[in-house]
Amino acid sequence: MGEVPEHATEAVAQPRLPMAAEESDARRLVASRSGWRPRAALDLLERPVVLGYLLMLPAAFIIFSFIAYPFAWGVWMSVTNKEVGMPWSRVSFVGLRNYFYLWTKDGVFWNTVWNSFVYTGIATVVKWVLGIWLAVLLNRVVRFQRIIRAAILLPWIIPTVLSTIAFLWIFDPDFSVINWTLRRFYTWMGWGYVKGPLWLADPTLALMSVTFVNIWRGIPFYAIAFLAGLQTIDPDLYEAAAIDGARGWQRFWHVTLPGIKPITVVVIVFSIIVTFSDFQIVYVLTRGGPANSTHLFATYAYQVAMMGARLGLGAAISLFMFPVLALVIIFQVVYLRKDQR
Amino acid sequence: MRKQVGEGFGKRLVVFHLPLFFFIVFTLFPFYWMFVTSIKSTHETYNRNVNPYIPVACTTEIAEQLRALRLNGPALMENCLYHWRYLLRDTLFIRWLQNTLFIAIVSTVVSLFAGITAAYALARLRFRGVDTFGILIFITYLVPPTLLFIPLSDLIGDMPLLHWSLLNSPWGLIVAYPTFLVPFCTWLLTGYFRTIPKELEEAAMIDGATRIQAMLRIILPLALPGVVSAGIFAFTLSANEFLYALIFISDAANKTVPVGVVSELIKGDVFYWGELMAGALLGSIPVALIYSFFVEHYVAGITGAVKG
Repeated sequence: MGEVPEHATEAVAQPRLPMAAEESDARRLVASRSGWRPRAALDLLERPVVLGYLLMLPAAFIIFSFIAYPFAWGVWMSVTNKEVGMPWSRVSFVGLRNYFYLWTKDGVFWNTVWNSFVYTGIATVVKWVLGIWLAVLLNRVVRFQRIIRAAILLPWIIPTVLSTIAFLWIFDPDFSVINWTLRRFYTWMGWGYVKGPLWLADPTLALMSVTFVNIWRGIPFYAIAFLAGLQTIDPDLYEAAAIDGARGWQRFWHVTLPGIKPITVVVIVFSIIVTFSDFQIVYVLTRGGPANSTHLFATYAYQVAMMGARLGLGAAISLFMFPVLALVIIFQVVYLRKDQR
Repeated sequence: MRKQVGEGFGKRLVVFHLPLFFFIVFTLFPFYWMFVTSIKSTHETYNRNVNPYIPVACTTEIAEQLRALRLNGPALMENCLYHWRYLLRDTLFIRWLQNTLFIAIVSTVVSLFAGITAAYALARLRFRGVDTFGILIFITYLVPPTLLFIPLSDLIGDMPLLHWSLLNSPWGLIVAYPTFLVPFCTWLLTGYFRTIPKELEEAAMIDGATRIQAMLRIILPLALPGVVSAGIFAFTLSANEFLYALIFISDAANKTVPVGVVSELIKGDVFYWGELMAGALLGSIPVALIYSFFVEHYVAGITGAVKG
């Protein structure tokens, strides 16, 4: 790494040990060949302000040009009648018309709002409960620990669309495994023939099926995070609780749950954001159907903007997510700052 | 199994072994289902009278060959691996795999660079604006892609000032993926850098190293495990990404694995279930392998990020 002449000679005012002679000679050579005065520039780099801004530059550039600017651009698009293929010279400002249209006239929009809250609410609670349970179980595993953890993590780490494709096939009403098993069970019990439910073709069932897949994908994340939280709990606390006569459930309630509270908040906030803004599961399983009954904000925005070509209206739909996300994010930032103090 | 005082085998079975067993079955069943479907013939897949849990034709063929102690490759190919051969030979799957790898590697390298530098500044340097920047990074870490995809697709289609279109090109995705990878890497690495004692750096600087030398020679090598796991997670995040890839890329040959499988193996109402399942399995295996070697890092990464 000595190729950069970080400082040219030993005669710098800071206390330094003498360098090896040949190394400093090489430095001097490089320094004299490049015409500018490296010392002044490099001393500047030693100042935290200069170095700090320089080091933040790449990340700041990416954040401003590909997150902040597109966000502002999206806000602008949402107050125009922009459509796919329409040149910006012909686009006109329509004020809040897109928002009013969605709020008052669009039948699918309110259904989408409802779905998003149901989907997020049910999925978060179930993942939380099952996640803690699984974490407690995993914490007791001694044999095959690595392989069991790796297996449990699989749903979370593999590409969501690919596993959702498997569920699309699992939910197939005619030829697939759930309804085959149901039919067999009915015959076996002597209840006669049953066709089996249309998992993805009935509005309520479809929403539940979509939620189920989200739960399946999310449990590993909760479990592994809670497991990490469990391992930070001091075993003495359990002993103390046992001495005080606390039974299993009481120990869980008074030691385990408070012990994993910090990580619980972070995990749930993160999960709410990911679930509320989910796209892939609904897109693959139902495309928002049947009859637009299972849309979430993201899939409805996609349908209106990309399939229906109405970019302005689509941008308005996805911006309706913003207040909820902003609340959750602000809560998280405040909570973490309080935590750090 | 850790024995707990006063717990008999029966109780252990009910409160520990059985629930864990059900969780594992619940987790792994879809993968079993993918595998079974991928080695069935289409005819068998659509036969309602056969037990769907077992690939009958394939297991019969294997049993016969085992009994005769004679390997018959072509028959095995026809009865078991038909869909796999079709996927690898007659679709663009290999091409999608190459695209995915290329895009994921380039965007990971870019994001790691920006992430390392920003994380170092956040973890070690005190200057005006550093706290604001930290909060900004954290907020962007939580902004989901679904909030930005419409304006971003408009901007990628006609880059401001440059008037290039990056639609339908891997570079469009390489530009888009750092939007979630950079905040992620920065967040993860800031936590990691903070675990490295400041004294090491200070000692090096007293010994005559400049801050940059100390950073490159002392901190970076020590942070290598953190950098490696950030790189792995960034790689898998970009290999798993779906929404941007779905919107930006239209040519079948330029697609990534998730988009290619979902859009090219379903033609209208016709689902190529065998190929779909084989593709889903094959697309998951690399990621699954990487993770199973790095489970501990993954756990440490989550908690590190939480504590950071």
